[in-house]
Amino acid sequence: MSTAVSAKPARTPPAPLEYLRRWPLRLWLLTVFVFLYAPLITLMVFSFNDSRRNIVWQGFTFKYYEKALNNDTLLIAFANSLTIAFIATLVSVVLGALAAVMLWRFRFPGKTAVEGAMALPIVVPEICMGVALLAFFAWFGNSVFGTLNWSGGWIWPFNLTPIIIAHVSFCFPFVATVVRARLASFNRELEEAAKDLGAGEWQTFRDVLLPHMKPGLVSGALLAFTLSLDDFVITFFTSGPDTITFPVKVYSMVRFSVTPEVNAASTLLIVLTILLTFLALRLQSRMGAKTMDLA
Amino acid sequence: MEQSWNRAKQAFAAIAIPPMAWLVLFFLAPLALVWLFSFGQNDGLKDIAITGTFANYARALEPLYLQIFGKSLWVAALTTLFCLVLGFPVALAITFAPEKWRGWLLLLIMLPFWTNLLVRTYALIAVLRTNGYVNATVEWFWQLGGLDQLLGPYQPMELLYNNFAVIFGLIYVHLPFMVLPLYAALDRLDRSLIEASLDLGAGHLQTILKVVVPLAMPGIVSGIIITFIPALGAYLTPDLLGGPDSQMIANVIERQFKRANDWPFGAALSFLLMYLTFIAIAIQAVVARHRRENARS
Repeated sequence: MSTAVSAKPARTPPAPLEYLRRWPLRLWLLTVFVFLYAPLITLMVFSFNDSRRNIVWQGFTFKYYEKALNNDTLLIAFANSLTIAFIATLVSVVLGALAAVMLWRFRFPGKTAVEGAMALPIVVPEICMGVALLAFFAWFGNSVFGTLNWSGGWIWPFNLTPIIIAHVSFCFPFVATVVRARLASFNRELEEAAKDLGAGEWQTFRDVLLPHMKPGLVSGALLAFTLSLDDFVITFFTSGPDTITFPVKVYSMVRFSVTPEVNAASTLLIVLTILLTFLALRLQSRMGAKTMDLA
Repeated sequence: MEQSWNRAKQAFAAIAIPPMAWLVLFFLAPLALVWLFSFGQNDGLKDIAITGTFANYARALEPLYLQIFGKSLWVAALTTLFCLVLGFPVALAITFAPEKWRGWLLLLIMLPFWTNLLVRTYALIAVLRTNGYVNATVEWFWQLGGLDQLLGPYQPMELLYNNFAVIFGLIYVHLPFMVLPLYAALDRLDRSLIEASLDLGAGHLQTILKVVVPLAMPGIVSGIIITFIPALGAYLTPDLLGGPDSQMIANVIERQFKRANDWPFGAALSFLLMYLTFIAIAIQAVVARHRRENARS
């Protein structure tokens, strides 16, 4: 039935459940997408507008991109953000994978409590986590190093340590969730077979379990990277005056005024997000196809 | 079958210690510290003395702060309601869309969600401000229609720095949080039940209200909770889009920590916010269990 409908969609009347082909729902969907996209698209379009007032189209220009790319503090903030996201992702993937394997493989006392504690960073409001880490780092710096701003004197990228620690804390439970969902589809007999055939604990993990986890690890990594790059609130509380990230920088720029330069920088970030998204989808569909072949 | 931990103690330790140590040291310990602070008071400029006082909580229950808590709950509830009303038809349309479109429609919902929150909020400022795109467009139509001759020059609408802007911004940011769980729930529905209802003479609206909504209720409840929790704790949206009277609880917490330097009071407020969050999650758990028991009997 469905093939007949899709072959000649314009002729046949909509089937009872083809809600998408009824005009009220189409209109609704269109309205919601306009609501979601119109602000972002105007922002991107007007980054090319040759006018400081930013609302009437005056002609095409790249000059605000030039300005944004020559703005040193903006570039440093962007580099900081990428560095933080990269390191935080690496650590989160390792910790998240270990946590997932632990919860998937073992039975141990207090498991429910551990599962609950692992879910906490996902559900606790960002502001609470932000102030908790601020208080923790201040207290730690004060009692161990005798100064409140203990990472301030360190050289780059070590001065980013508190931010990276904070990001790992809220990223790795997400990775653990994604990887654990992937592990659920693993056939435990494969592991036993490997051990029967003489593989050790580590070899079994590396050659049998790890390949199965890979798609979960990749989507977990992409999730962690996006979460880290996107985070404002927690970074806002853990960053110092010389450790500005891109969202924190944009925040201070937006507080002053709306300028085409911010539009240009934002457009660059949106394009990066879209590229990452498509990369993620490509990777996932390719790996999905591969595991299908194996099965 | 899961392995008992004490049959492979070494492997268990190697696997469990790194993530557990991180969680305890860099998440639970900071929370515990703030929890302790909430029972303390400022002692000089830098130190906080944990005196076991409940004064911070008592202060949080003063009318001024209760009002802000009430307002935050109200704003979050309104945001959730709008997201549900806006998002339900979207989820429905995606569920019953042709296979090849479904992925693309979901991607279109997800893409703004992956875009940086600050960029999205900034885009809203540019749209809503006094000389922003909305006002410019309306003004253009105003002049086109000759209303400026009749009623005088166009007075721009105040769309930014008020409660309207905060709720608008929160809906804008949280809509995907609602659509995705709704879609997941609707996608699992047994379609023959809907078809049966339509065959037996119920209209579409009646079928949706009496068949689809009750069956998708667990998904609707989790959509509501998933939207409500981040909206309740929202900091950036009220900070950038709101006016002086649209502060939410997160803004008050931030002020205690960053400007007022009253950490014990801020700690008490942030734990109260956390308790509210836990209550919301508990409600969801109770609803989910209730439904499961009903389904069994």
